[in-house]
Amino acid sequence: MIMNSIIIIAISAILVNNIVLSQFLGVCPFLGVSKKLDTAFGMGGAVIFVMTISSLITRVIYGSLLKPNNLEYLNTIAFILVIASLVQFVEIILKRFIPPLYKALGIYLPLITTNCAVLGAALMNIDKNYTVLNSTLYGLFAGIGFTLALVLFAGIREKLEYSDVPESLKGLPISLIAASLVSMAFLGFKGLFGI
Amino acid sequence: MKSIKTLTNGIIKENPVFRLVLGMCPTLAVTTSAKNGIGMGLASTAVLICSNLVISVLRKVIPDKVRIPAYITIISGFVSIVQMLLKAYLPELDKELGIFIPLIVVNCIILARAEMFASKNNAALSVLDGIGMGVGFTFALFIIGSVRELLGVGEWFGITVTANLFDPAIIMILPPGGFLVFGILMGLINKFSSINLNKNKDCASCPLPCGASSKAKGDE
Repeated sequence: MIMNSIIIIAISAILVNNIVLSQFLGVCPFLGVSKKLDTAFGMGGAVIFVMTISSLITRVIYGSLLKPNNLEYLNTIAFILVIASLVQFVEIILKRFIPPLYKALGIYLPLITTNCAVLGAALMNIDKNYTVLNSTLYGLFAGIGFTLALVLFAGIREKLEYSDVPESLKGLPISLIAASLVSMAFLGFKGLFGI
Repeated sequence: MKSIKTLTNGIIKENPVFRLVLGMCPTLAVTTSAKNGIGMGLASTAVLICSNLVISVLRKVIPDKVRIPAYITIISGFVSIVQMLLKAYLPELDKELGIFIPLIVVNCIILARAEMFASKNNAALSVLDGIGMGVGFTFALFIIGSVRELLGVGEWFGITVTANLFDPAIIMILPPGGFLVFGILMGLINKFSSINLNKNKDCASCPLPCGASSKAKGDE
């Protein structure tokens, strides 16, 4: 039973309702950090980590603090503050223990704070009435889905660099059109498991 | 003079969506119809004006080191207010926009304007900047929403326009259509405008490091 729901959450979060390509959360980093494969992996890793922990913590805070006291209207404020401090924490840890990765991600790490995917996942857990376990899993799998989209797209963009595109489509426009095709491919997963 | 320039800046020259490439998530997600685009645009504009005002008033009080968390707290306060107002008075729109209303908090436009403009200018100018940027944002969402609604369901503001001229391509209101319409519109704008800003700033994306710093340097 539990195994079943885990598999369903995994497939739904990674493929069917991919957080970037079908829910449009975290599009900014998706377009910003996807120029090189290795930075895409780094950013993806950071997002998976932050998203899993933040989903757990925000769900616990909601269940134990906000809901019993009828403070649901503070959701947004409370969640964003948790996420902001978590990101700071991850930044300090990376700086101290994995300097090369810190160097590679450099300026992009603080961007996770304003990555709507992280806050979006936290809010969605509440919307969907997930339990603490399911929320954490959802955070983890949504992060994996984000990374998958990011890495796939980075591969495409590396090729795009060398192709001959019309002058006015160079840069972002052609990337968006490519993203549209990737998203269309993910649309093919709709209907899987009847989710 | 400066105030007029500030006001019109955001509408065309530095349109937040097409030019600065900020706030992509709501731009792509809620523009399935013209109405939703306008609703989202106005909600963000309200938050943008209020947060620009408060942040510029408090700009000398907030210590530099904690400014980002401080900004976010201010912004999320206003977002909560807007969210409650929408729930009370426009429940339908609230349902349509769903999770993207609370997500205005992390909309790059708002934080980016706080960082680039409101933290450096006085209250009156910041409000004008908020209005200009907000109108520019709403306008962009309206255009994208109109195109997607027309092509996707053959309607405009819920009124059938294309009738039997062509079969609506449902893909346009699905996620791929969002990316496609936005990409093509941006390409068209590049083609027909003399200044090509996007070329060397396609990472502009979110506020702080990339967009803000490169922009701020260009301004001074």
